[in-house]
Amino acid sequence: MSPLSTLTPRVKTLKINGLDVSASEGEKILDVARQNGIQIPTLCQLDGLTSVGACRLCLVEVKGTPKLLPACVTSVEEGMEVTTTSERLVKYRQMILELLFSERNHICSVCVSNGHCDLQGMAQAHGMTHVRFPYLYPQQGVDASHRRYVMDHNRCILCARCVRVCDEIEGAHTWDIQGRGGDAFVITDFNQPWGESQTCTSCGKCVQVCPTGALSEKGKSVAEMTKKREFVPYLTLMREEL
Amino acid sequence: MERARIATVWLDGCSGCHMSFLDLDEALLVLADRIELVYSPLVDQKEFPENVDVTLVEGSVSSVEDEEKIRRIRSRTKILVSLGDCAVTSNVPSMRNPLKPEAILRRAYIENVTVQAQIPNQDVPPLLPEARPVHETVKVDVFVPGCPPSAGLIGSVLTELLEGRTPDLAGQVRFG
Repeated sequence: MSPLSTLTPRVKTLKINGLDVSASEGEKILDVARQNGIQIPTLCQLDGLTSVGACRLCLVEVKGTPKLLPACVTSVEEGMEVTTTSERLVKYRQMILELLFSERNHICSVCVSNGHCDLQGMAQAHGMTHVRFPYLYPQQGVDASHRRYVMDHNRCILCARCVRVCDEIEGAHTWDIQGRGGDAFVITDFNQPWGESQTCTSCGKCVQVCPTGALSEKGKSVAEMTKKREFVPYLTLMREEL
Repeated sequence: MERARIATVWLDGCSGCHMSFLDLDEALLVLADRIELVYSPLVDQKEFPENVDVTLVEGSVSSVEDEEKIRRIRSRTKILVSLGDCAVTSNVPSMRNPLKPEAILRRAYIENVTVQAQIPNQDVPPLLPEARPVHETVKVDVFVPGCPPSAGLIGSVLTELLEGRTPDLAGQVRFG
């Protein structure tokens, strides 16, 4: 093998929705689809952060496997045939959204992020008019101990954007996830009040990347919490260039 | 032409959906020529009548009375419309659900009052353990989320139903 071949990424050719596309080895289906103008819905994914496949909204069909695969963390393969939209996928995406709504206490009408919420917007985009699953109404807390920000667990969808931005961009790793399944919840440090965190730098990146009203700035009322997210891919890009 | 028999019902909600309905303003006059409002908080009719074509339900099912009402309404209605977030998702009334009703009543009627502290038990229907969306109790035919749904949306839903069509609101509405 020549030295050059070890440096040059291998090119993979595949089909997405019948369209012939090419990609570099290791690229994810989601990125390749987007490069080719094919949009796949996402919630936990955010440009500039690593992908974790937490929300499963980007599930796609790959010929030859009965399982649905998350496009954000599935690498392209030579000869792969990917379908990004089908009756089955639409059905499961709607179901995922409905389960997210039923799992916690998402009350849009009194939410700081009403009208600016990724979950709410995604539900609308997927034609959701009601939730077919029984709502669980868990007893969730609100942590308002930080002087600038509020964490409302009622509105958290466990996408882990806050965990990732704090770790990967800010470098503080204040956030983490404790517990499993429906009992999981985000914590600061060793599950102590956010306001008492020794590691939090109060930078607010977690608040800005949160897709719902789970993390918000203090003083914001219903529908007032708009989020600014452009800084994440910008910071990532600038660091890559250093 | 025979007028459609329309009813509107107010369960556990703030009446905002009814206010939105009234916001149709002059369009109500056009509607009035085509419908007969047979039961509503807006008319003086004590008993929910038989043979109702369309019932718009505002509010969640939160009390024993709500539950009895909605079952009776369902049995007497051809097309049941869940109107607004309280009916569709149980919305604000559901904020009490993570807590026990007893704790809420105690907070409201005992802990926060200084005179005649007592939990009402006469002429007030007992609360259900949780406020639930209408479709968890009875079958719903049309869902119109929104807090409240806009007047225009309510008008277009009613017009579609009067024309004999089932409105498809997918993508046109959102919670909140």
